[in-house]
Amino acid sequence: MKYAYFPGCSLSSTGIEYDLSTRETARVLGIDLWEIPEWNCCGASSGHLTDHLLSLALPARNMAIAEEAGLDVAIPCAACYARSKATELAVSNSAEMKQEIEEVIERKYEGKSKARALLDIIANDIQSEDVKNNVQKELKGIKAACYYGCLLVRPLAVGFDDPEDPQSMDNLVKSLGGETVDWAYKTECCGASCPTTMPETGKKMLERIFKSAKDAGANCLVTACPMCLNNLDMRQGQVEKAYSEKYDMPVFYFTELTGLAFGVEPTKLGLNKHFVDAMGLVNEVLKADGGRETA
Amino acid sequence: MKRVGVFVCHCGSNIGGVVDCAKVAETAQDYPGVVYAVDNKYMCSEPGQELIKKAIKEQNLDRVVVASCSPRMHEPTFRRCVESAGMNAYFMEMANIREHCSWVHSAEKDKATEKSCDLVKMAVAKAIMNKPLQKATIPVTDRALVIGGGIAGIQAALDLANAGHVVDVVEKEPSIGGKMAQIDKTFPTLDCSACILTPKMVDASSHPNINLITYSEVEKVDGFVGNFDVTIRKKARSIDMSVCTGCGVCMSKCPSKVDSEFEMNLSKRRAIYTPFPQAIPNKPVIDRDNCTYFKTGKCGICQKVCTLDAIDFTQEDELVVTRYGAIITATGFEQFDHSVYGEYGYGKYPDVITGMHFERLINASGPTMGKIKRPSDGKVPKNVVFIKCVGSRDEAKGKAYCSKTCCMYTAKHATLVTEKIEDSNVYIFYMDVRTGGKGYEEFYNRTREKYAAQYIRGRVSKVFKQGDKLIVRGEDTLLSRAVEIEADMVVLATAMVPQEDASKLAQKIGIGYDKDHFFTEAHPKLAPVETHTQGVYLAGACQGPKDIPESVAQASAAAAKVCGLLSKSEMLTEPIISQVNESICVGCGLCVPICPYKAIDLKTISERDHGNIIERLVADVNGGLCQGCGACTVACRSAALDLKHFTDQQILAEVNALCL
Repeated sequence: MKYAYFPGCSLSSTGIEYDLSTRETARVLGIDLWEIPEWNCCGASSGHLTDHLLSLALPARNMAIAEEAGLDVAIPCAACYARSKATELAVSNSAEMKQEIEEVIERKYEGKSKARALLDIIANDIQSEDVKNNVQKELKGIKAACYYGCLLVRPLAVGFDDPEDPQSMDNLVKSLGGETVDWAYKTECCGASCPTTMPETGKKMLERIFKSAKDAGANCLVTACPMCLNNLDMRQGQVEKAYSEKYDMPVFYFTELTGLAFGVEPTKLGLNKHFVDAMGLVNEVLKADGGRETA
Repeated sequence: MKRVGVFVCHCGSNIGGVVDCAKVAETAQDYPGVVYAVDNKYMCSEPGQELIKKAIKEQNLDRVVVASCSPRMHEPTFRRCVESAGMNAYFMEMANIREHCSWVHSAEKDKATEKSCDLVKMAVAKAIMNKPLQKATIPVTDRALVIGGGIAGIQAALDLANAGHVVDVVEKEPSIGGKMAQIDKTFPTLDCSACILTPKMVDASSHPNINLITYSEVEKVDGFVGNFDVTIRKKARSIDMSVCTGCGVCMSKCPSKVDSEFEMNLSKRRAIYTPFPQAIPNKPVIDRDNCTYFKTGKCGICQKVCTLDAIDFTQEDELVVTRYGAIITATGFEQFDHSVYGEYGYGKYPDVITGMHFERLINASGPTMGKIKRPSDGKVPKNVVFIKCVGSRDEAKGKAYCSKTCCMYTAKHATLVTEKIEDSNVYIFYMDVRTGGKGYEEFYNRTREKYAAQYIRGRVSKVFKQGDKLIVRGEDTLLSRAVEIEADMVVLATAMVPQEDASKLAQKIGIGYDKDHFFTEAHPKLAPVETHTQGVYLAGACQGPKDIPESVAQASAAAAKVCGLLSKSEMLTEPIISQVNESICVGCGLCVPICPYKAIDLKTISERDHGNIIERLVADVNGGLCQGCGACTVACRSAALDLKHFTDQQILAEVNALCL
């Protein structure tokens, strides 16, 4: 199984642990990730707020390079995925748009190379039996509120799971031996840039996510988006202060949990890089009697 | 050589103002076969018709062409006219120089005149080829079938029975009554639904002209107007109806309890049951799928306790064939399945209910004895949110159409919540409020003003659980802001959809249905209760969403149509039907599925072939069913099928007249 790999900007900076854990997870599962040479930023929200063609052309260049190599693209970041998928669909649905984009990027891109969310690949393409077979340490003690955010499942054409009650991540965590909770905020917005530009609104949005997860009995949040993780992890302290509440809710990338269950050293996954201490819960999991005989 | 007379009408200035009618008449005189041509101000008027009759006699005409309006307008008039002059009605041909010429080419008078001449030329050519056709008569059976025993079916049956016709009502459930029996109060007067329905149910059951055939379904429909042969499957009731008195002992002793469909699964019924206490007939049926005896062979308690020996486990379905003169379909509606709405919890939250659940909750004979209680924990809700247009007017999830009744029943529910629960709050999310109808708008206003229901204009984006509350998040589009309401119960005004098997029934009967599977009327304005199949009529919500008053009105209208049909012992049939040239028909059968009226079958004929007698299949058109649409003539590969009065020869004559 080989994919072109588009890490995107976040994964070399604020979301470095997502990159580390993605590579480790892929290694264990035997997924060959070929990093797209000289990839560029997908444009994210600023791209499509500036210019429609620009927002499609930026991801198109990355997709075109992957297409030349004959590979589909594995994309960890939810925003990169949404932008790249939108580009693939725009090219596939309109010959005119395809021509326009190809002129701008000075390459051919026919939409043959597909944009794939990394979560979709790991949770849905790989049989849960294959995932289970690689588990060395069951995630006993993890009660995860799986948080999909806005971009993974919306809009319908872009999403790969039920937009109202997605289950991919929940099923993945369960096949790692962890528990998940049923909660109402799994597809609500984390606030994106709101916590920076309108802190009061942003904090309110985050508070409801923490509260809902906590009320549902979760002891951690799991995401597939560096932006969501940033808000939920880095700003959790501010929200606790503003609302005089204590959540103590570590926030994981799902790849950190796969890596942990596959027996990868926590520091190799970047689990020591979180604002809200994750190592406490990680050590509890490691100590718990969830080991599995390996062949 | 045929002698054709051409009569050009001015239609006042409708045609004459654009087309040079005198010139058209003058030109027509040179067409082959034309011996007489004249123009007149109003050809359809008495003097105009006299002119035609006189010409037929004096000029010894044997074909007539009238160049005037659309045949839809005056073909019957001119057919009668020539007939009264002793000519076969089908020797008269019309050229439409009004709709097809003067009205559409009013800016180009010369061209319109030229086109009129061409149309007349074509009509003359066809008229010469026309064959005399005779209307046939078919007998009419004085017995009607009503499919569906809801309020529409009951009303239609009563009207027909009172007019002296025998009516059979087929109902698939064990009792008549339909959806109206489940409803608590009726808008806008808030009178009790059962109180006005059950007397009608009793009237129907005791009427000497009405036979109720409950727990039965239509299996097959053969024949045609006046003579439908309908096969009805009487499902095995497992009860000897002639012996059972409906005492109910069996029902009280039956150990198997299952969700009651009538109570919207809010309470249990037994496996041997009547759907509700006022059921008609008030004799039980055994639900074999849930009966312990039928599942395991053990039990039989009902049989033991029945002192009359009315329980019969050996009963089997019975097929009965009866001939009817006319059929009324009154199969009603079902509620849209809201479990496709992920944002409202995919039907998983027990306190997110539908309007019909709510009807049962407020009904004094319902599962809560009329006390509004939450299905989840039996608590009395304080904050009740209503969401309208669930399924209706939402193409992404359901249907594009408006279900028409929801605005009123939601207003009704709101008043009932306020009346029954002290300190309750009612919130209604709506897109538009549509309360057209006598007394309806006033009722809605009272709901807002006197009962203080809060109407919020906007859609609900999400309903989710928080503790034991349901959080309803939506938008107030008038204030442009998000709203969140902590509700104890949410009631969805789900769309009205046709019965699940409506399309199958339509195919059995041979009537049309639309993309939503509602049955199609013959004309949306001028023939709203007729179908395209003669002798089949529509009543109630099977044709489209309707409330009770409308269903009753349509039922009476359908009954009036049937009375008209059944009032004569025989009827005339239109001779413009398809005919088979058996000598060239290869019996391929392509025409059979093409025919929308199920009028074509294959039959075996024997004929002599090189001295041997051989048998082969050929198409056979049932003249009673054929509506003359011509679909089969196009499908026929060997051109063995021809539509009378529009034969290939006649149409080619028109083409030749125009093009050669």
